Amino acid sequence: MASWTAKRKLFSIYKLPGFTFIAVSCFLMLYAPIVILVGYSFNSGSSLALWEGFSWRWYYSAWENETVQDATILSLVIALQAALYSTVLATMAALGTTRTRAFRGQTAIYTMINQPLMVPEIVTAVALLIVFATIKQATGYHGISYLVIAHTAFCIPFAYLPIRARLEDMDRSLETAAADLYATPWRSFRRVTLPLLWPGILAGAMLAFVISLDDVVITEFVKSAGQDTLPTFMLGQIRRVITPEMNAIATALLAVSVLMVSLIFLINRKKT
Amino acid sequence: MSEESQSLSRYELAARQQETKRNWLLCTPALVVLVLAASGPLLVMLFYSFLQGGDYGGVVYQFSLDGWLNVFMVRDIFDDVLQFADAHLSVFWRSIKLSAMTTITCLVIGFPTAYFIATRPRGSRNFWLFLITIPFWTNLLIRTFAILELIRNNGIINNLLLDLHLISEPIQILYTDTAIMIGMTYVYLPLMILPLYASMEKLDFQLVEAAYDLYATRIRVLRRVIIPLIKPGIVAGSILVFIPSLGAFVTPRVLGGGKNLMLGNLIQLQFDQGQNWPLGAALSITLLLIVMVTLLLYVRYAQNSGAKHG
Amino acid sequence: MTKVIRKSIVALAMVAISGSAYAAGELNLYNWGNYTNPELISKFEKEYDVKVTITDYDSNSGALAKVKAGGHGFDLVVPSANYVQIWINEGLLLETRPDQMSNFKNVAPEFANPDWDPERHYTVPWQWGSVGMIVDTSVYKGDINTSAIYLDPPDELKGKINVAPEMNDVISSAIMYVGGEPCTTDKAILRKVRDKLVAAKKHWLSMDYGVIEKFAGRDMAASLYWNGAAFRAREKNSDVRYGYPQEGFALWMDSVAVLKDARNVENAKLFQNFVMRPENAALISAFARYANGISGSDKYMPDDMKNAPEIIIDPKLAGAGKFLQACSPEATKMYTAIWTELQK
Repeated sequence: MASWTAKRKLFSIYKLPGFTFIAVSCFLMLYAPIVILVGYSFNSGSSLALWEGFSWRWYYSAWENETVQDATILSLVIALQAALYSTVLATMAALGTTRTRAFRGQTAIYTMINQPLMVPEIVTAVALLIVFATIKQATGYHGISYLVIAHTAFCIPFAYLPIRARLEDMDRSLETAAADLYATPWRSFRRVTLPLLWPGILAGAMLAFVISLDDVVITEFVKSAGQDTLPTFMLGQIRRVITPEMNAIATALLAVSVLMVSLIFLINRKKT
Repeated sequence: MSEESQSLSRYELAARQQETKRNWLLCTPALVVLVLAASGPLLVMLFYSFLQGGDYGGVVYQFSLDGWLNVFMVRDIFDDVLQFADAHLSVFWRSIKLSAMTTITCLVIGFPTAYFIATRPRGSRNFWLFLITIPFWTNLLIRTFAILELIRNNGIINNLLLDLHLISEPIQILYTDTAIMIGMTYVYLPLMILPLYASMEKLDFQLVEAAYDLYATRIRVLRRVIIPLIKPGIVAGSILVFIPSLGAFVTPRVLGGGKNLMLGNLIQLQFDQGQNWPLGAALSITLLLIVMVTLLLYVRYAQNSGAKHG
Repeated sequence: MTKVIRKSIVALAMVAISGSAYAAGELNLYNWGNYTNPELISKFEKEYDVKVTITDYDSNSGALAKVKAGGHGFDLVVPSANYVQIWINEGLLLETRPDQMSNFKNVAPEFANPDWDPERHYTVPWQWGSVGMIVDTSVYKGDINTSAIYLDPPDELKGKINVAPEMNDVISSAIMYVGGEPCTTDKAILRKVRDKLVAAKKHWLSMDYGVIEKFAGRDMAASLYWNGAAFRAREKNSDVRYGYPQEGFALWMDSVAVLKDARNVENAKLFQNFVMRPENAALISAFARYANGISGSDKYMPDDMKNAPEIIIDPKLAGAGKFLQACSPEATKMYTAIWTELQK
């Protein structure tokens, strides 16, 4: 009797046929191009196809390349600001549209917030070119604020969705309890809602940051003199030659981002 | 009794108005930025679609329906006869077809993956999610080129198949519609996995267990229990993949080799070498309308099934 | 935690904005991507104590759109020859009279008075090149000096041909192949062009940039493309040769012009004069690997470029070369229609 139960494989309600296989293949598939990308950044030859040996030369040349440096810094500056602003705005918008009775104009707001997801970038890009060009001529201001505003705008829906999802999952009993204990709405927000919402906010911010870093079309049209970001710089390279220097830059950025996110993760883990 | 309920409802009304005001106030900053940098410019586009095109791009401030007309009809260059712009229509059709196929592929691959992550031990789930998102921290252009490296005739996949003697000549994957689909699936996969995962995380496995107790087979459980419960996630993920892929531009350009235009490329052409801004504007608005119809269907479905909005 | 983040953002922002704003002057160049030699720029910066920024564009029409819209902040732009008249007519260029500058004597006589900028009142030569057939001769051993390679392809090349996705270059090449003149609006000719292109497309592999890698990896065997890329492809795959179609091949030239609403006009003029010096023109060429229009620059050019058949056109073949003009809007509309039909 005992041997019979022991021999029978444990039935797991979680296992579905073939799912683990597909999932693992998915992970492998996701990383295959990344491995190639990172691998070729160490190519001693200048080709993206023929491996000629290991070398750090592209990292050196990227490090020396002033244009690349400027473009990278600008990309990061814009992305950080866009992520920050869009997350703050998205959090406020999420609080205003979730867990509340349906109010007039809610669908309209919802559509507006998600609209950047629906409109092809080239359309927004050309339209922004026209609008901003007029402003640039009128004010003579050529700074990066135009880029920051444009990026913030299309990052808002990306920050909004994870925050909203998280908010919907939270039940109000904790905030009601805080109110019962005479907490002001602001205090209740700071001490109860915000900490609970934090994973969603973080996810939204990270998503916004990545989206902003990657943007090429809108940036290409809105940028002013000397304001090339990494993607627009690389777009210009397509017509000429692409060297593994691009791979080196991308790998370096990837390493930095992974480190940053890991740090945030570890810090959050300690808190909980 | 009625007086009490009246005063209650007056109070409730005031409270509701307060809440609405508060909600609007919270949303205003985001809305301002969006109007300035997203919706406002769209109106400009709509305006432009009704203007006449300038000779070398740009617009002339004269009313003209040519932009809209050219979306569907084109004057045959040689006969001056109006006929269906089947060049445009075939681009529309290809875009819808490829986006739909990308969505389905993402679903087929994403569903098991999201399920896998959702059934890991609670503490490690974030780590798996982290693993999924890391590839997306690399620049899109470079990632697309890496995929190009994989599928070229002289690339890794073909070389592997040749070495294993499964094929005798390299398969032409690059520069086909399939290549575009592969590229788009790769790019939009996390947008499918994350909503699916969000739904699955909340799945009550007790229901699953109950189904097994009632002697259901695994396939049955999948079909009758899990999928219906996950439906909101499936729909959300599908929308998040279908809509952006309709307007995709970089991936088709790099992997399609420029021979196979998708809507995004067609629109871009009008603002670039084609120098026909009103047509580009009209095409964009058309794309938008297709998207809005899709979303309307989604909202209708969500309301009908009583699921929560979003 | 937030304080730390905020401080780092501010620090980064300051770094980005300040740059090295200590130079006496400024200059903003708007040029094709990957087309400007950094050495040239540093040389100019040192000589005139000017801080130069370079901003990229990847298409003539994109650049035109951006500058037309206004508020761009650029001083110099580098349009292709067939667009220069458009820029002039739209009133976007400043008439800086390069022909009166001190280094103008160095401009090669054949480029000193082009149709598209008579007597060079606006522009200074940057680089020039041709559009021809790049062929991997290990795959096809026949005559490569013909557009038939991509319009009536031989069997060995079918399915391995690339065509540059440049509407003007392709259409003008096809027009010349069927016997017409570039910029023609002759409907009979255009009908032939359309039919030929659509029929030939079946045998094309792609319409893409980045051919150098593909020739190196033997993914493609022929392409309608620019000569500089052919030169670089031959470095990686020694079977590559460049053909000059005798039915007619396009010549292009990019030139530097000053924008009418430039904010640093004096520095811009200095730059125009600067690139007319032979050693500087050679720097420009050495970077993107195309010929320049300044005589006397040959002694400064890198050795491998001095005799390359891709750079120095064989006089027997050169006669068929024609500089492309800006075509009338009517012609452009028809060409766009053909192009869209080609791409569906």
